[in-house]
Amino acid sequence: MERKLTNSSNKLLELKSKFNKDKVKKVLKGSREKDGLIKQIIVYALLICIGFVYLYPILYMISNSLMNLEDLLDTSINWIPSKLYLDNYKKAALNMNYIGTFFQSIVVAGIPTILNVVVCSFVGYGFARFEFRGKKILMALLIFSYIIPPQITMMPTYVLYADLKLVGTLWSFVLPALFGQGLNAPIFILIFYQFFKQVPKVLIEAAQIDGAGFFRSFFRISIPSAVPAIITVFLFSLVWYWNESYLTQLYVNGVFSNGNWTTLIVELKKFDMTYNPQMAMVVDGASSNNNESIRMAATMLSILPVLAMYFVLQRYFVESIDRTGITGE
Amino acid sequence: MSKKPKVKKVKLGKLAKKEARFGYVFIAPWLIGICMFLIIPLVQSFQFALADIRMTPFGRLITFVGHENFTQIWLEDAQFPVMLVAYFLETLLSVPVIVVFALIIAMLLNGKIKAKGMFRLIFFLPVIIVSGPVMLMLTGQGAATINSMNTQVIYTTLDRFLPGSLANAITDVFSNIIMILWYSGVQILIFLSALQKIDSSLYEAAQIDGGSGWECFWKITLPTIKPMILLNAVYTVIFLSNNENNAIINIIQSAMFAGNKGYGYASAMAWMYSLAETLIIGIISLILLTRKDAYEKQVKKVKKEMKKQKRALRRARRRGKRNGAKIDKQLKQVARAKK
Repeated sequence: MERKLTNSSNKLLELKSKFNKDKVKKVLKGSREKDGLIKQIIVYALLICIGFVYLYPILYMISNSLMNLEDLLDTSINWIPSKLYLDNYKKAALNMNYIGTFFQSIVVAGIPTILNVVVCSFVGYGFARFEFRGKKILMALLIFSYIIPPQITMMPTYVLYADLKLVGTLWSFVLPALFGQGLNAPIFILIFYQFFKQVPKVLIEAAQIDGAGFFRSFFRISIPSAVPAIITVFLFSLVWYWNESYLTQLYVNGVFSNGNWTTLIVELKKFDMTYNPQMAMVVDGASSNNNESIRMAATMLSILPVLAMYFVLQRYFVESIDRTGITGE
Repeated sequence: MSKKPKVKKVKLGKLAKKEARFGYVFIAPWLIGICMFLIIPLVQSFQFALADIRMTPFGRLITFVGHENFTQIWLEDAQFPVMLVAYFLETLLSVPVIVVFALIIAMLLNGKIKAKGMFRLIFFLPVIIVSGPVMLMLTGQGAATINSMNTQVIYTTLDRFLPGSLANAITDVFSNIIMILWYSGVQILIFLSALQKIDSSLYEAAQIDGGSGWECFWKITLPTIKPMILLNAVYTVIFLSNNENNAIINIIQSAMFAGNKGYGYASAMAWMYSLAETLIIGIISLILLTRKDAYEKQVKKVKKEMKKQKRALRRARRRGKRNGAKIDKQLKQVARAKK
């Protein structure tokens, strides 16, 4: 009996030495080399919670867009629809004239984007490479042009376009982009400026000694080394033009003068107005017209292309800010 | 022409001149653009703001009315002044929230985290899909608020001891919390890449001197990324102001085409709106720029002290020299007298 007790107490002692206070403390609180368990749990919990909050609207949108009317009204169904229901997408696509609008959006976003890349790289190079009088003032003007809201120049510009009969055509987007005043162009010019400053001057001087002119040294040396900046500017410009609806609706789509161009985002903005209940009635009886599932489906459809692009090219998006060196030096 | 100025400027060399000329060539498209789409419209817009513009079948009819548009907006317009104040307060409140939140997330991601790429992917996602109509749809369906958060309670408690508009603005921040978090994608990345550029030897040195993580944050991290904080704050203000969800810019647009308002009225609105925005940027940069950090202050103090000491030393030495010379002289005199 006695032996048994001592045996067990011995075991207890052994166990105690294994889990002594310091060790537990070390695991929980962490040492110099390794983060403690408590800290890790807190960090991951925070990140996962915030990540969920970030994804919540998208998840909500996806789940709601797949619900039919009964699921929507049924309070017992919260997230997972009772069956896969794709009619919402069909109706939304029909109403937005999806295929045609999709190609139009690509044109409306794509052409100004290409111009933006070309012109901004040009201007950024001019600022970064050359010393000329009034450079500081012009740089200040560049930043100023980013700070003032476009609303203030909107009226005269609209008048100008109306006089030139450009409202409702793509020219009203092409023209500013051609002259370095496209959407968020100051940011892109600054990105190129930062980037071209990092290209060693020796390289360009060497090319000049070998007989290259200014343009040649720009196209042959600076441009090939600026590929990361070009990719960044291209992607961001494309996404921002794609998501722009305020100016698109005003200039390209034409609020009152009906233009020929429209984009998915503009169609989404006008969705409630243009939605035709007559058509919906044919599809599922007299009871339903526009409901939130259809709206969610339309939203999903309009962001689907950029979402797909993001997941394919995510590396370029996420690393873009590191590469362009906005934060550097 | 015949009289040449006395002080000659240092003339540029031929090559430098040529380079300068090519600099203008490269930025020429932008220069034309800035005249065409910024400076001229800015002047015109100011003219518009002081005029009444009617669309007639024969063209635009512009009559100068002075400050009438402005007085009309402030005295008779039911919406605009209220919205402008609301915009001002809301922006001023949400900017710190967004910036601080972005900083926290960036700090979390900066540590040793597994699946860092995935988290970055999630936090950057909103930048790609955020746009006015999409946000409108999402907020309209209630996807933008956390259901369990009861904003009514917040409002009623705040309303007791704060003026109504301020309480409203704070409540708005809370009720649109997801949207506000959604706006911080770019800011997170900017902070993250700034944090990664901080020299790690700084932290090591601080640790050897016994600095805790908390102290390291306030004394090393924050001062180093201070310029980025300003950058992010300004970016946030501009983003919030040009966002299509902003009610004011939609009012301006609709005023542009409204029969009884027109371009002039809308221009006046736009001017006041941009004034408010500039004011916000001014306030923020004032807060972030004027307060020098403690380190800089101390360096200045020490430098001042050193200068003082040097001066004292020099004076003492000079005095010593003078005195020495005097004593020398006296000694010589004494010696001569002795002889």
